[in-house]
Amino acid sequence: MDWMRYKFIFFTLSGLMIVLGILGLFKWGLKFGVDFKGGSLIEYKFEKGISTEGIDKKLEEEGLKLNSIQALGDNKYLLRLASLDKEGKEKLKKVLENLSYSGVEELRFETVGPSIGPELVRKTIYAILIASGVILAWVAYQFKNLKFGISAILAMFHDSFLLIAGYSFLGHFYNVEIDFLFVTALLTTLSFSVHDTIVVFDRIRESQKKFDDRSKKSSNLLKDSFSRLANQAVTETMVRSLNNSFTILFMLTSLILLGGVSIRWFAVALFLGTILGTYSSPFVAVPLLVSWDKVFRKNPSKKSKTG
Amino acid sequence: MGEIRPKFKFMFFSPLKKLILVLILALVAGFISLPKEIPIKVNLPGISVNKTLTRPNLNVKIGGISFKKNFDLVLGLDLAGGSHLAFEADTGSVDESKKKKAIESVRKVIEKRVNLFGISEPNVLVSSFQGKDRIIVELPGVKEVEKAIDLIGKTAQLTFAEIGEEGSGINPTDLTGADLKSADVTFDRTTGKPSVSLEFTNEGSGKFARLTEKNVGKPIAILLDDNPISAPVVQEKIIGGSAQITGNFSSDEAKNLAIQLNAGALPVSIRLVEQRTVGATLGAESIKKSINAGLIGLFMVLLFMVFIYGKLGLIANVALITFGILTLALYKLIPIVLTLPGISGFLLSVGMAVDSNILIFERLKEEIKERDFQDALEYSFGRAWDSIRDANIATLVAAFVLANPLDFPFLHTSGPVRGFAITLALGIAISLFTGIIVSRNLLRVFVKEKKVAKDTTRRINI
Repeated sequence: MDWMRYKFIFFTLSGLMIVLGILGLFKWGLKFGVDFKGGSLIEYKFEKGISTEGIDKKLEEEGLKLNSIQALGDNKYLLRLASLDKEGKEKLKKVLENLSYSGVEELRFETVGPSIGPELVRKTIYAILIASGVILAWVAYQFKNLKFGISAILAMFHDSFLLIAGYSFLGHFYNVEIDFLFVTALLTTLSFSVHDTIVVFDRIRESQKKFDDRSKKSSNLLKDSFSRLANQAVTETMVRSLNNSFTILFMLTSLILLGGVSIRWFAVALFLGTILGTYSSPFVAVPLLVSWDKVFRKNPSKKSKTG
Repeated sequence: MGEIRPKFKFMFFSPLKKLILVLILALVAGFISLPKEIPIKVNLPGISVNKTLTRPNLNVKIGGISFKKNFDLVLGLDLAGGSHLAFEADTGSVDESKKKKAIESVRKVIEKRVNLFGISEPNVLVSSFQGKDRIIVELPGVKEVEKAIDLIGKTAQLTFAEIGEEGSGINPTDLTGADLKSADVTFDRTTGKPSVSLEFTNEGSGKFARLTEKNVGKPIAILLDDNPISAPVVQEKIIGGSAQITGNFSSDEAKNLAIQLNAGALPVSIRLVEQRTVGATLGAESIKKSINAGLIGLFMVLLFMVFIYGKLGLIANVALITFGILTLALYKLIPIVLTLPGISGFLLSVGMAVDSNILIFERLKEEIKERDFQDALEYSFGRAWDSIRDANIATLVAAFVLANPLDFPFLHTSGPVRGFAITLALGIAISLFTGIIVSRNLLRVFVKEKKVAKDTTRRINI
């Protein structure tokens, strides 16, 4: 199948998604959780259900600022507040006990100072840069060509960016916050994306070798051959790529549905990342590679008709 | 790299022998992976068995060296319950050259305090990043977090001071907590009130004797972090080298003070900047849910593989289960501290382990059109191996950076990212083994022994 014929559709689709992502990021931004912003997060289990109405006013009377309260089901509630100290925590517990007329069990308490977040962001950026640098070097070395490495890395950034941008939508519509686990999901997406891309690239390299042997005998085969090799590689790896992603998606679906609230959005992030990583290999990385090859193989001063 | 690979000519073991080795390995790993206690309950008419099988631990003595290992999974704070605390050290006033030493001694003092507090397997780490020095304290299973924070966070600098004439203030002496040999909680025999008894070192005894001699009939103040906690009046010169602080303590406070004095004062003050506490109930629930989700997910993957690849899928499933058993056994042996993100890393590596098989099978579908099954099999393995290696090394590299085994201060040194990366990396390493050794030899033996005829190979070629 001639996938590369449609590469402008793929580019346009990715371009559209990126523009949409930028719009989302500008309009809504990202909702950062306590891991980044600082503050407190506390999860309680009540013996009976409570009415959350007016709870913020009651807490305000005690000098506590409630940012949000979220029912987790099973009489469990997750509260987000400005940083709580020991006294604040006791006050909060008292208010809630009065509210529910029953016992309150503290399941989880997290409080993060404001200096932690920026450090986390910086360390994550370093980790991403170092990992991409090393992956770039490895791919370039393994394929003896920088264009493979750069195409793979670009596809990887494409996926990471869209995942982050997707979270501006999830944050806006479902109040999903960016936390430490999201960072983990992002980094996984990164490595999965490259993993998937390398399999396709590997196929291109392999058929290129076979092809080079043949084209030594007859030179007229050269014309537009790279894109044909790419097509062949995409076709040959498509089923594998889909099957593999299905198995991962099965795992993640099960985690989303049954894994519990604390990792639900983490699993969703991984789910999106897997889809993006699977999509980007044949439809972003390979078209990029083919376009690159076209631009550089033809006269560099003259732009080619199609690319 | 891309050349056609013939069958391996140098094989020390036949595929069958290799499989037997793998089987033995899997059995050993399976034994290690077993939970500690397996309840067996059978209730049939006539037979009623209600026993608990206990898996024995390794306890071998070979020539004076004893190997002891209890094969239990080590669970992280988010699963077992516990508290993660981060303190920031106020090193602003400390000379740059002495900073490192000061932080290290903070770590040691905290470790001592936590140990004396009676928390099992605490973890105290230093993390320095961009001029900020933090001490991370991980307390598994701790129930009274607030108490632990009070205990750890106090500088606990003990000073004895003379009280000047007529409210002219107090003059600290050179007798401090550093001159203590030990401290202990004692209870007053008549009132039952707790107090802290002190025993000085030789040098401290001398200082104390001189101090008491000079101040007979006058009070001396005992200061803790510059706050007076007690000011007893000296009756006579004390030479025995012991003293007692009878402040207004609760029994907990006295106990904390004794711990702090025994562990020594912190060279710099610290403050709490981060706290994450997970109750044991939530942890247990998370474990239950992730195991549940993992098993159902795994089951779907197994079904899918059989559905798509038939008999080959069954072989992949055997390899996958071997992968699971080996991984679990290694978690226990190393041991790996398993956290919630760690479980996700494991589940993702399951995906990667399946991928090796899918790559091989898809390749086999193509190759089988051109050659007979045996050759196609070896050819597919050789070809798929290039992809598997390149792809997995890229993932391993990323996992390596995230796990940060060399403890570079500019990368994550603790926390969920690391837990995730370690299980992912380990999973990839094991999946390379099971994908190549286990599936390959299973296929070789499976195919060899059945002497697959041409038309059966067609059937496999869906």
